Amino acid sequence: MAEKNLIAGRQPVLRRQPNLFARIWAELKKNNALYVLLILPVAVLIIFKYVPMHGVQIAFRNYKPARGIYGSDWVGLKYFGKYFSSMQFWPLIRNTLSINLYSLATFPLSLILALLLNYIPSKGYRKTVQMVSYAPHFISTVVMCGMLLTFLDVRTGMVNEIIKVFGGKPVNFMGTPSYFYSIYIWSGVWQGVGYGSIIYISALSGIPVELHEAAIVDGASILKRIWHVDIPGVLPTVCILLIMRCGDILDVGFEKIMLLQNSLNKPISDVISVYTYNLGINSNMPQYSYASAIGLFSNVINMLMLILANTIVDKINGNGLF
Amino acid sequence: MIHAPTKGKHHAIRYCLSDKIFLGCNWLVLSLFLIVLAYPLLYIVVSSFSTIPITGISLIPKRPSLDGYVAVFNYRYIWIGYANSLKYLVLGTFIALFVTVCCAYPLSRSDCKGGKYVMGACVFTMYFSGGMIPSFLWIKSLGFLDTVWALVLPGCLSVYNMIVMRTYFKNNIPTELHEASQLDGCNDYKFIWSIVLPLSGPILAVIGLYYAVSLWNGYFNAMLYIRTRTKLPLSMFLREILVLNQTSGVDAGMDPTQMEIAEARAQLMKYSLIIVSSLPVMIIYPFVQRYFVKGVMVGAVKG
Repeated sequence: MAEKNLIAGRQPVLRRQPNLFARIWAELKKNNALYVLLILPVAVLIIFKYVPMHGVQIAFRNYKPARGIYGSDWVGLKYFGKYFSSMQFWPLIRNTLSINLYSLATFPLSLILALLLNYIPSKGYRKTVQMVSYAPHFISTVVMCGMLLTFLDVRTGMVNEIIKVFGGKPVNFMGTPSYFYSIYIWSGVWQGVGYGSIIYISALSGIPVELHEAAIVDGASILKRIWHVDIPGVLPTVCILLIMRCGDILDVGFEKIMLLQNSLNKPISDVISVYTYNLGINSNMPQYSYASAIGLFSNVINMLMLILANTIVDKINGNGLF
Repeated sequence: MIHAPTKGKHHAIRYCLSDKIFLGCNWLVLSLFLIVLAYPLLYIVVSSFSTIPITGISLIPKRPSLDGYVAVFNYRYIWIGYANSLKYLVLGTFIALFVTVCCAYPLSRSDCKGGKYVMGACVFTMYFSGGMIPSFLWIKSLGFLDTVWALVLPGCLSVYNMIVMRTYFKNNIPTELHEASQLDGCNDYKFIWSIVLPLSGPILAVIGLYYAVSLWNGYFNAMLYIRTRTKLPLSMFLREILVLNQTSGVDAGMDPTQMEIAEARAQLMKYSLIIVSSLPVMIIYPFVQRYFVKGVMVGAVKG
């Protein structure tokens, strides 16, 4: 540009890089409508996500509602220390981890269902199974727990009726703490396995047909094709979902636990989130700071686990999330 | 998806022996799975139309009656809860869709330079949050306690839903369309209103339904923030009846046989209540099922 101008004998036009504010101003002017639209979501984000995040500092203060966040004394890591040395620390961690590791063991079921559905020759049958298997996903947690409690009732429950038909003795499922994890996990599987398979079905349909055709020409059976074509094809999806799961390692959805909890299974069903709720909200003397500290601790561990899982997966096969 | 060596009209499908065994097992496993999935649902439907006492297991109601439904309809709070839930659902879904579109469209435009910072701020909230207690205290200090705003506003921008919608806009609204509209003198607002939104019917349906279902099904926010009984959504009354067993039927002063009957009535009412409360979702489910699937697939696309 400058050379061309010199050749033409004209003064070169100096194109100075405008300063930062000028550039921002130009961008705002050009796309003003887009930024006006963004005002509302950004406000929502700040008000309902970032302000509470900023409020998490009460975990480091001796928070008194009357004195406000800034009026309360700074106590540093006192509440974290209190938690680490409390009697509740290990049981809570143990229960939370047990539930999450148990449910992690059921993680492949959705993939297996997707693979089975993928090879069913009858299209109508496949559609029927899919349709029915998604339905439980839309049952609310409250109704789900209500169903569980009525089905597992000792005297009138459906499960015990079936046991009686086969000549067994009725079992008091909800009154036996050792059944709690299985009830919790398998009802979750019942509700979520079909819906969870959608993502794999879409990943499976993205695998090039040529790969399957080549495998068939080479004489591969269905099982061989699953192992050598389908599994490698859906591996990226599996990795991403697995990383996301690791980010929830200290996070058990408390909606369901709270509904299924009773005095018998409380020692093994108390998880971090439920404990926080009972300590900080559902109490006459709410211990806001202590409860916040426990919540913050599990949030930080979750985030570290997410980063760790992501790094490991990224190192192994480059399928990291970020 | 291919299932057999040949898919042509004139070729017969051929499977080798091990494939036949596999398909046989596959069929068996899926059939068992179907029974395990469907039977509990069927059992509830059958039981809800039964007479007390409900005994044994069967595929059709032995002595059909509408007693359970009558009991549900006579329980005043269920109607209050139903009305409240519908109100929260309509208001909440409308607000949430509006905010989500406002966020997703600008972020889908590659010429929106500030978009990546907003996106970063959104994604960060997916991995880290203040936690239950600070959020509760903040909502309380905003004066939202015991109002509808505590239920509809905090969740009105789900980052996951926003990303799904953004991906859809990116893939389905070509840049050329925007350029052409600009040449014709159309501004961004008008472009969104008369071009983008009409082209995004399926994704608006999916995301709207995601929000609607979570508003209809959720009980925890109501438990935290709503104190007045007549403002509670249906899910809280369901919790009382289904989980905490607080029906106004059983009195301590009754004799054992009466108590047994009252208990059986409560049981029957539970089944009918499950049906009544799931009705809105179950009615629309068959129609929107394919859209839900589409939504998951759009969300599955990385980026």
